[in-house]
Amino acid sequence: MLKIEGLTAEVDGKEILKGIDLEVPTGQVHAIMGPNGSGKSTLSYVLSGRDGYEVTGGTATLNGVDILAMEPEERAAAGLFLAFQYPVELPGVGNATFLRTALNAVRKGRGESELDAMQFLKVARQRMKMLSMSDDMLKRGVNVGFSGGEKKRNEILQMALLQPSMAILDETDSGLDIDALKIVADGVNAMRGPGFSALVITHYQRLLDYIVPDRVHVLIGGRIVKSGGAELAQELEAQGYGAVQAAA
Amino acid sequence: MTAATQTGAAGFLARYEGLKDHLPGARKPWLNALRADAAAQFAARGFPTRRVEQWKYTDLAPLAQAGFAEPLTMVDGTIALPPALAAHRAVFVDGRFRADLSALDGLACRATGLAQQLADAEPHLGALARPDSEPLAALNTMLFEDGLFLDVPAGVDGGLLELVSVAVDPGRPFAFHPRHLLRLGAGARLTLIETAIGGGACLHNPVFEVDVAEGATLTHGRMLQEAATVFHLSTIYARIAAEGTYDNFTVAAGPRLTRNEIHAALTGPRAACHMNGAQMAAEGQHVDTTTSLDHAAPDCASRQTYKTVLAGRSRGVFQGKILVRREAQKTDGYQMNQALLLSEDAEIDSKPQLEIYADDVKCSHGATVGALDPDSLFYLRARGIPEAQAKAMLVEAFLHEAVETVTDDTLRGALTRALDAWWARQGAAA
Repeated sequence: MLKIEGLTAEVDGKEILKGIDLEVPTGQVHAIMGPNGSGKSTLSYVLSGRDGYEVTGGTATLNGVDILAMEPEERAAAGLFLAFQYPVELPGVGNATFLRTALNAVRKGRGESELDAMQFLKVARQRMKMLSMSDDMLKRGVNVGFSGGEKKRNEILQMALLQPSMAILDETDSGLDIDALKIVADGVNAMRGPGFSALVITHYQRLLDYIVPDRVHVLIGGRIVKSGGAELAQELEAQGYGAVQAAA
Repeated sequence: MTAATQTGAAGFLARYEGLKDHLPGARKPWLNALRADAAAQFAARGFPTRRVEQWKYTDLAPLAQAGFAEPLTMVDGTIALPPALAAHRAVFVDGRFRADLSALDGLACRATGLAQQLADAEPHLGALARPDSEPLAALNTMLFEDGLFLDVPAGVDGGLLELVSVAVDPGRPFAFHPRHLLRLGAGARLTLIETAIGGGACLHNPVFEVDVAEGATLTHGRMLQEAATVFHLSTIYARIAAEGTYDNFTVAAGPRLTRNEIHAALTGPRAACHMNGAQMAAEGQHVDTTTSLDHAAPDCASRQTYKTVLAGRSRGVFQGKILVRREAQKTDGYQMNQALLLSEDAEIDSKPQLEIYADDVKCSHGATVGALDPDSLFYLRARGIPEAQAKAMLVEAFLHEAVETVTDDTLRGALTRALDAWWARQGAAA
């Protein structure tokens, strides 16, 4: 379970998050929707520990453990996963090497045995098949020459391999056509179950047709101004953020 | 003051005076004249100072102040050699050819010590080197004792040959100046993998004269891995005839100061020259790659990609000049140098220089300098990879990109190991 209380954070001295309270119980998928500049990505970076995002108050715990004091790699080992809005290209780092290094680092952090190259390939190929990814994508540099859709599928592949207990999907729908969107959504839905929660950050309701959330929260101006069920997403799509903002 | 304790240029000149009647070829008037001429050049100019344009970023003062002496006797006892990479190798200890340590039986071309081949070398020795413009070439010409004499006859594939240079520390400052003559006849081929190792307070000052005839291909991989007490100043002069190729890849990772200076001239149509490399320096070290490429004929191609990684208080230099003469139409030239700075105290100086007199050419150059990309680092760490390991992955990726273009598997493997060994040492030191 992810529990955030009174979280405030600033970037370059400017306050972006102005007191976030949010609970994502184990087994649930919550969505955060909001207009550009509302603090959606900042929230994802603060939770995953990126440099330059300074927490000025409040707490965030994952399964009862304070994650804000941890290094990014420790958060990953603790079960947190961030699917990036803009996955980074790493020329010269083979995707297979990257995936295996990440998987073994996380396994090591969780006190599990490391996988050798053969064991890894077996697991990776199985997951890739589910995401309609070709073997070729293992041989290339990480995200190098990948299309927008391939990059997002590579993110979901990483999630499927690392088996987090809490995933944050930061605008995973951006730049995806409808087929790629369905594949990505299937990948997330396949993870759903009692040991997995997710926070789906999105600007549009479209993704939530495929990943149906248990709760929807509206983030505006660094605060959650409204929460509701899945139907809130449709409401926002129909009325726009302005209506919610005016009501709040 | 004895010759051995005199410092700088004066010390070397004094030793030349003392040794000149004993140097190899002392009875050959042509060689004596060559040496005397070089000595006059060196006496007139001494070691280059930073006031000389090509030496603006590399200071030889620590070298000029030291009192080096050429070792007069052969080293005996066991010499630790690196593991063999190929069936054939020519081994040099303190610049002297050691037949007893070499393995040359069955090699499809002639490879031996220059000192024994001076008669055959006469038309070629000094044909390409320019002691009048490079003082270090003058110093080399004045005092060289030996070197590799390599002759691949026309049409012959010489296969793979190793050139191993070992500096054995005599316990006092020493210098050696090997002269290597590499000659490939028309259509000949050879891959030369050079490894320089050893230590002590040492100046290793090799000069290469590389002559690639029509349609010949020389692949020349170099791993300069001497200890952090060594000054390695090498100068390569290459001449590439029509449809010939000279492919140089240099890893400089070890010496206190490395200067990798290459002068290549494309003298016939459709000749090609590839000069690539990776140079690395850590605390207190200095690496310098200086290239000069002369496009003197039409339809030639040149490619240069150099990578520099600097840690601690270290300094790197890249100077690359491309000259395209008026007759060199349809030249295709490319130059890229990229530097990765791992410390705030590291400094890189980069100076591309294009001089183009032909009007129908394609010539481009670029340079990048930066620290490790914070976005890349965060991406890896967010996937659970600890910071130190993530940094290592990114540095390795940067360096490995440099060797991707090397097609010979043995050479690429050796170069990759040299890069990884350097990086592993940084990890151990950190």
